[in-house]
Amino acid sequence: MEKAVVQAETMKEYLAIVDEIAGKYVDAPGSVIPVLQQVQARIGYLPVEVIQRIGHSLDVPPARVYGVASFYSQFRFNPVGKYIVKVCHGTACHVQGAVAIGDAICDELGIEDGGTTEDGMFTVDSVACIGCCSLAPVIMIADDTYGRLTPAEARKIVREYGK
Amino acid sequence: MDTSGVVAEITVGLSSCGIAAGARDVYETFRQKLQDQGIDVELKRTGCVGMCYREPLVDVAVPGLGKMTYGGVTTERVERIIAEHVVGGKPIEEWLIHADGRELPDDAYLAPQERIVLRNAGLIDPESIDDYMDAGGYDALATALKSMSPDEVISVVKDSGLRGRGGAGFPTGVKWGLARQQPGEVKYVIVNADEGDPGAFMDRSILEGDPHSVLEGLMIAAYAIGAKEGYFYVRAEYPLAIKRLNIAIADATERGFLGSDILGSGFGFTVKIKEGAGAFVCGEETALIASIEGKRGMPKLRPPYPAVEGLWGKPTNINNVETYANIAWIITNGAAAYASHGTETSKGTKVFALAGKIVRGGLVEVPMGIRLRDIIFEIGGGVPEGRKFKAVQLGGPSGGCIPEELIDVKVDYESVTKTGAIMGSGGMVVMDDSTCMVDIARFFLDFTQNESCGKCTFCRVGTKRMLEILERICAGEGREGDIELLQELGEKVVSSSLCGLGQTAPNPVLTTIKHFRNEYEAHIHEKRCPALACKALLTYEVVAENCVGCTLCAKACPVGAVSGEKKKPHVIDQDLCTKCDACRQVCKFDAIIVR
Repeated sequence: MEKAVVQAETMKEYLAIVDEIAGKYVDAPGSVIPVLQQVQARIGYLPVEVIQRIGHSLDVPPARVYGVASFYSQFRFNPVGKYIVKVCHGTACHVQGAVAIGDAICDELGIEDGGTTEDGMFTVDSVACIGCCSLAPVIMIADDTYGRLTPAEARKIVREYGK
Repeated sequence: MDTSGVVAEITVGLSSCGIAAGARDVYETFRQKLQDQGIDVELKRTGCVGMCYREPLVDVAVPGLGKMTYGGVTTERVERIIAEHVVGGKPIEEWLIHADGRELPDDAYLAPQERIVLRNAGLIDPESIDDYMDAGGYDALATALKSMSPDEVISVVKDSGLRGRGGAGFPTGVKWGLARQQPGEVKYVIVNADEGDPGAFMDRSILEGDPHSVLEGLMIAAYAIGAKEGYFYVRAEYPLAIKRLNIAIADATERGFLGSDILGSGFGFTVKIKEGAGAFVCGEETALIASIEGKRGMPKLRPPYPAVEGLWGKPTNINNVETYANIAWIITNGAAAYASHGTETSKGTKVFALAGKIVRGGLVEVPMGIRLRDIIFEIGGGVPEGRKFKAVQLGGPSGGCIPEELIDVKVDYESVTKTGAIMGSGGMVVMDDSTCMVDIARFFLDFTQNESCGKCTFCRVGTKRMLEILERICAGEGREGDIELLQELGEKVVSSSLCGLGQTAPNPVLTTIKHFRNEYEAHIHEKRCPALACKALLTYEVVAENCVGCTLCAKACPVGAVSGEKKKPHVIDQDLCTKCDACRQVCKFDAIIVR
């Protein structure tokens, strides 16, 4: 996996976070996924050193931890922006023009789908279905959902967050 | 009627879709204004009643007037509702969408529905165990624990005819019976709330609107099969559902419905929530179990079925959210009452999530056996004006598209399967003449190809090759023989995959070829997309006689493909045009046509 550059001090903090979280799960079977989830919620992503530390802490080979992490779409191996803009591409959103919404947001931010803006503010992420189909097309920023969008409205919302 | 001492009630629908439409602001505004004006009203919240197309929804119950529902409530409307309806006692007629004892247009949406699973939807506060208990909640658990043996519970569920609502339709009572028969002290029950089908939101709404009903169903299942531990496996994309489940579990524990020696019966049960991490295949039960065990969510060959060898190798019963939500009602009202809904082989009701090109989209619960046409046109109001109904997609990526010719099909497991689609978990996405069926097939295959776990070669590679062919067709590079190749590959993927994902992945392609072959042929032979949806096959042109030379389109074009003098017809350079549609959107004279 591609390695993000992390300062030694920051990495120390990250590993302390792993120890704190993994410590609660010693001898608890099936804890790899919850630990990965909680660590990512704190750090924002999963650097390779963090994956290794999780493996050692839980007594699971790091390769297996990475195998699990890479299987699920929730886990990320690179830093993300302050706001993750989730563009819903469920069936209902698709037939109501989700592609145009995603294109407009990417164009507004000047990044590709999956990318992060240079100022670290936004990451655009296409997701399968948020489950707000009757409000299609929908996007989600942080825990807020916006529905019945036009490309112009989607641009406006993203601009508001950027302020 | 003596109404003295009874205060008015205002209830705001606060489910994900309501909140997305602005319900939280509406709730806050009510709270603020009622407080400022010192008006004594009980302000409550509830889950999704199902009328998502009218969100945000607000119920107002003024003593003596009955309950009335307003739709599309904005913060600006709050003031008038308080002043005229709550204080003045005069409902605002033009905003009403539903009211006791009146005929309103939205009755068409609610009247044909029969609500068992959604019995409390939009009526109770999902974060209040007292509300649930006032509505008869946990009575069924008490009945089961105090006066029924596990075998009696199972036989009631068997007699009700309830079949698994996750899609496959396996008889629930039989499944429970298998798990019960297994030897051993340790058994598990699991709620599959990994609602992954894009276009489906039934389970989210049930968990957000009535979490206790699912929890109660799970406990009854645990008692029936002899499990002491249970899991909710919920998609991480449903934060509100997880929050409300956590509240429900904490409250139920506090009241003694969870823990040891429940209601003095000697039966003990605890439950945990596992958040999914984003893998569609985990909706398959063996993959879901692997995921709870902390592994990659890859399916295993069955048998052994989870009822015999499931979580941690122990007998395990897995049902989906909607299945469990039926259980308490069945125990309370009896198997015969449940079986009186529906058809001979498909008993009871089914919840559908109606979305797409439809006037009234939302959550509906209808008896099995209802005609598909009635759901879409009577309840849903058909496609929005000016468009023509083309097809409805049932069953998500595993399902298929049902064309207009088959719209009179009865909605039961067997009849739907005959069309090539499947009942699925209940996602129903309506498509009109602007939806390209080849693009839809490509869309679903893109999804399943992406979500294939990679274990079976035909699923891993076969879906990839099929997707490449579909992408080519949509890009105008379709070749003679592509349709036949898709069919051949599709059949092989179906027959050579281990789990439901691969076995059904080609369905959207095979059903669209079966019912909309002409659209495939137009793409391949004429390089034309009849629905005008596939960008690569479109041509933007100026209709000279309509064009007044206002130059708006030329200014809007991001690539400088439109040129022309002021007040003279413009032209589009086809080599430069990227078909972004900007020119057509700004033109006020209908002078840009798309072909």
